Amino acid sequence: MPEQRDTPGPGPLAAREEAAAEAMTVSSSPETARSLGSDAWHDLRRNPIFIVSGLLILFLVVIAIHPSLIATRDPLFCELGRSLDGPAPGHWFGFDAQGCDVYTRTVYGARASIAVGVCATLGVALIGAVVGGLAGFYGGIWDSLLSRTTDIFFAIPLILGAIVFLSMITLTGIWPVVLVIAALGWPQIARIARGAVITAKQHDYVQAARALGAGNGRMLLRHILPNAVAPVIVMSTIMLGTFIALEATLSFLGVGLQPPTVSWGVDISAASDGMQFRNAPHILLYPAAALSVTVLAFIMMGDAVRDALDPKLR
Amino acid sequence: MAETAREPILEVRHLVKHFPLTRGVLFKRQVGAVKAVDDISFELFRGETLGIVGESGCGKSTVAKLLMNLEQPTSGEILYKGEDITKLSGRALKAVRRNIQMVFQDPYTSLNPRMTVGDIIGEPFEIHPEAAPKGDRRAKVRELLDVVGLNPEYINRYPHQFSGGQRQRIGIARGLALNPEIIICDEPVSALDVSVQAQVINLMERLQDEFGLSYMMIAHDLSVVRHISDRVGVMYLGKIVEIGTDREIYEHPTHPYTQALLSAVPVPDPELRGRRERIILHGDVPSPTNPPSGCHFRTRCWKARERCAVEEPPLAVPEGFEEVEGPARHPSACHFAEEKTRVSGA
Amino acid sequence: MSHDTGATDAAEVGADDAGGGGPLLAVRDLAVEFRTREGTARAVNGVSYCVDSGETLAVLGESGSGKSVTAQAIMGILDTPPGRVAAGRVLFRGRDLLTAPEEERRRLRGERMAMIFQDALSSLNPVLSVGYQLGEMFRVHRGASRREARERAVDLMERVRIPAARERVNDYPHQFSGGMRQRIMIAMALALEPDLIIADEPTTALDVTVQAQVMELLAELQREFHMGLILITHDLGVVADVADRIAVMYAGRIVETAPVKELYAAPAHPYTKGLLESIPRLDHKGKELYAIQGLPPSLTALPSGCSFHPRCPLATERCTTERPPLHPVLDASEAPVAGRGSACHYWKETLHG
Repeated sequence: MPEQRDTPGPGPLAAREEAAAEAMTVSSSPETARSLGSDAWHDLRRNPIFIVSGLLILFLVVIAIHPSLIATRDPLFCELGRSLDGPAPGHWFGFDAQGCDVYTRTVYGARASIAVGVCATLGVALIGAVVGGLAGFYGGIWDSLLSRTTDIFFAIPLILGAIVFLSMITLTGIWPVVLVIAALGWPQIARIARGAVITAKQHDYVQAARALGAGNGRMLLRHILPNAVAPVIVMSTIMLGTFIALEATLSFLGVGLQPPTVSWGVDISAASDGMQFRNAPHILLYPAAALSVTVLAFIMMGDAVRDALDPKLR
Repeated sequence: MAETAREPILEVRHLVKHFPLTRGVLFKRQVGAVKAVDDISFELFRGETLGIVGESGCGKSTVAKLLMNLEQPTSGEILYKGEDITKLSGRALKAVRRNIQMVFQDPYTSLNPRMTVGDIIGEPFEIHPEAAPKGDRRAKVRELLDVVGLNPEYINRYPHQFSGGQRQRIGIARGLALNPEIIICDEPVSALDVSVQAQVINLMERLQDEFGLSYMMIAHDLSVVRHISDRVGVMYLGKIVEIGTDREIYEHPTHPYTQALLSAVPVPDPELRGRRERIILHGDVPSPTNPPSGCHFRTRCWKARERCAVEEPPLAVPEGFEEVEGPARHPSACHFAEEKTRVSGA
Repeated sequence: MSHDTGATDAAEVGADDAGGGGPLLAVRDLAVEFRTREGTARAVNGVSYCVDSGETLAVLGESGSGKSVTAQAIMGILDTPPGRVAAGRVLFRGRDLLTAPEEERRRLRGERMAMIFQDALSSLNPVLSVGYQLGEMFRVHRGASRREARERAVDLMERVRIPAARERVNDYPHQFSGGMRQRIMIAMALALEPDLIIADEPTTALDVTVQAQVMELLAELQREFHMGLILITHDLGVVADVADRIAVMYAGRIVETAPVKELYAAPAHPYTKGLLESIPRLDHKGKELYAIQGLPPSLTALPSGCSFHPRCPLATERCTTERPPLHPVLDASEAPVAGRGSACHYWKETLHG
């Protein structure tokens, strides 16, 4: 240890003058602390795509949690006698083959679809970020091993893999579907996370932290993750939409959610019998439209978030 | 300055850094090496400024990274007060890091955009809690901002709200936080506008006097290096080819590369146009993966002879200069060293 | 855009005389704006300059001074949006380019005027060989055959002294060093023997020893083809070596224009003076460098009056309210100095003080 020197004292006059000159030029911007996050939020609030998709998603999430707010009937209460009936007072969307109210089922369907989408996305983001982040941060042999593993999973077609696994499992409910999507969908996130971590790692501020004596944990949590998380958030938002569509696809194919679970995929599957569709197109139309709007809302949201977070536009 | 304190604070001995070039997907095999730093030795004395100049690819930035222990050398030693810091790890390395700090070239990538200025300058205290008691840290950060000529009220702002010159001041404040003895500066002003460069250079000189710092000033701008350095080393393809005081190097260079480098610097004086000798080097710097045999500079040198291809000239006072008194007598790695005055544009 | 026409003309007299007849390129009161998050950034605010055949005009300025934006507006390669030419004229041999149809401008680019950029690596297409890219100019503009184009490409590469040009004509940009790539950029600009070349920081990315080679080559080719050259740079050393006349830009305006020797000998604007004094010099060794205080202004909120007043040692009340026009600079006998102008109320004090 060298002899302890005094802490830096106030600078000489020159520094004060410089500071004064700078204060003059900088104070022209009225706000004080603007983080990149608040800048992004500032952009988002002015983006009509964000506002539309945000309101839609908010609405969808609210009815997924409290479907009874807008649908007072029981989705499982059906009157076979009214099978395939068209719209009627109090039943504006008509009845399906079982005589259940299509409106009620479409509203209640949001819960399963969004639950699967959100849970699968959380799983995918978690696995992908951990695998990709570690591969990018440690590099070398870890990177080789993790990246090749990622490639192997990447090579499994998502739908085909899901069909194979789900047809072997006898459990019902949303969890098998969530687990299968999470187990097979993460490689894309892992690749993006790895790239983002490698980019962030090369910045001088990470070197600066190392030069100060910071450990791996501090570098990863304080410097790399906050700067690598944006592309993962963007990708996850877009993937959320596609996972909702994927759940519907799997349910349609008969391996996803099973009745009595109420979901758009299940209803689309039930409505896809050619005869029924010709006689009563409404039973396919409403769940399919709800599905499309939801998927679109999440993809639009992902786009808007990307535009706001993209450092190249900054 | 340098004469009064001849105590080396940092000694570099036979430092070598080769970056392996590998090929292969999972199992990588080495197919060659970039010889970024190829056996260099020098000392840094207490309170002095040692400038290292050279063109891109000469290995000067790698030297900075090695001195900061951000890269592990292939071989060689870096002695800080007699202790080889390349062998240190853990607590001992962390302790040394308090005394050797760095200022980076690019003020835009060297500050974390997600942290406030206060957090950036205060981070050294979080990593080294013994340096300042917790309650004092905020006040210290304000003091540091004041020292580098920034308004202490900016403590809660984010880096992107500042201009390049201001960011560089923030970087300098972070480097100063732990009261280091040595600051390694890798091109500290090259990313800044001319009118702001002078401000930052003045600041760095003032801080050196105020805190008794030793600087390693790595740069490609010869006039900036001359202004601030007590001694200067010239690097070419991973080697130091000439080293001496600023006067020895700029006014009495004996190595042909130094002479060419100095003569190529454009002089901001139109009256001298066409009236000063210019050595225009032909060709480009050879690849550091496969440097020429013998003297690395021989492929572009107008004096090169057979001897240069076989025998590598050592960095020492050249033959014929041992007896000479005066500034021409300084280490220069050339078999055919000749003094040449008045080539300097810087 | 308010502007003092008389003063500008006074500053341009020298150039007009040299060419006899109209200048090769004349920029008049050019203004360019950018739409940004913070509001409208006024990058160029009424810039006027002219260049003649065989003449080198150096446009000197720091980042954000508007020197590159002016060049982009002249070439018609401004990104619109967010950029927009708000006012002014760009006269090329008397023809206003800003009102000319896009087709005509496209033909002029490359054939009559060409541009050299700072970053040669990103300016060349990485997936096409340099021979193909050089030859493309002849195929597109001159309808040359593939074989002819290749021959011309080899000629050009020899002309900019690329060793073993014939063997290297099929190489790709990344196979050349930085200096060689910049030579290829120069070859490309020269391909159709244009009348005007705009070089935007052509040597900034290069090492000093290579920089000297490239500047020498550029100067030589300019003499040979008798081209007009606009050299955009921040490097006072390079300017002193090659320029005939200098226009100094600050915050989107020309603050001083002068023949090169006069400018270095006695600057007439405090900003130019400050820049020259802040260069590290031998006799200042160990002393504090002169430094212009403060920072360049934000283009979205330019200071009132003279944009330089917050940093100027001579600033008075008048500078904060009244924007100085480009005054003609007079010599000791009160006669205007050819081609000299200074946008400072106190140019006399600066010149003699």
